[in-house]
Amino acid sequence: MDKKLEPIVKAVQGKFSAKFEEFRNEVHMFVNPDQIVDALTMLRDEHQFELLSALTAVDNYPQTSPRFYVIYQLTSLAQNLSLQLKVPVNGDKPKVPTVTRVYSVANWRERELFDMFGIEVEGHPDPRRILMPDDTEGHPLRRDFPLGYEEPQFTFNFDEIDLRKPYAKE
Amino acid sequence: MGIEQKLGNMGVVTTSLETMVNWSRTNAMWPMLFGLACCAIEMMSAQSSSYDMSRFGMELMRASPRQSDLMIVAGRVSKKMGPVLRRLYDQMPEPKWVIAMGDCASCGGVFNNYAIYQGVDEVVPVDVFVAGCPPRPEALIHGVLTIHEKVKGEKFSDLAVK
Repeated sequence: MDKKLEPIVKAVQGKFSAKFEEFRNEVHMFVNPDQIVDALTMLRDEHQFELLSALTAVDNYPQTSPRFYVIYQLTSLAQNLSLQLKVPVNGDKPKVPTVTRVYSVANWRERELFDMFGIEVEGHPDPRRILMPDDTEGHPLRRDFPLGYEEPQFTFNFDEIDLRKPYAKE
Repeated sequence: MGIEQKLGNMGVVTTSLETMVNWSRTNAMWPMLFGLACCAIEMMSAQSSSYDMSRFGMELMRASPRQSDLMIVAGRVSKKMGPVLRRLYDQMPEPKWVIAMGDCASCGGVFNNYAIYQGVDEVVPVDVFVAGCPPRPEALIHGVLTIHEKVKGEKFSDLAVK
């Protein structure tokens, strides 16, 4: 771990009793959903993490507890540091609080989070899908989402697929 | 050259109205100017001087669907682009034709996933599919000539049903 990062990790650990793990000099800290806004506020205000460089999630399906990790990747341009916060959430309809009041860049990232993983963001100012059309069913980056949208047509199953293929009308 | 030598001094050609109209449609078929992905590069190349689609009366790519007869769907169509594509098609005046250029437009190509239409024939009715990833300009021109053959064989009675 970077020497400059050590006091920061200790401070977060002390305040939120957060576990952390380290992998190839990258530090991940585990924070509960109800603590994430406070943790991000503290890191931004007291430790100069002025940039939320990524906000994404991981689906651990079929593992259910935790089913998802929501990942907040922070960068400190002033100190040349980066830090990941992982928020475990459970179930098919998980929820995390919005962090748009801390980092306004999170607005579209949280919409993408909802669009791709179906993780609801509570208190989001504009909770719509961002990439997929509004009438899409399901959330494509979940692991239980079907991989292929359509079976390829080969000689042996051409007619069968042809029957149910939704051809356009004139 | 050409027709003048066969005419003699009469200056008269006898033909059917159908043949005449279809001939004029084939030789002034204006494609719509729009591309969706890498196939559009090959489409531009087909327009350029090396391949020169204007040999077939297609030197004008119209930027407005209201002035075009032929839609070349050059590239993969995402689920969000589908309604837009259909709207462009609906804005084109009759008669109109569609070429699905390349594997992605024809059948989804390598993108068998949630975001891409598996064949643009789910959105607009397609007349000619051109295979290739991307098709070479020659292949596109072959597709265009295939459409020309189709148009030359069209009957007024069939078109009236539409």
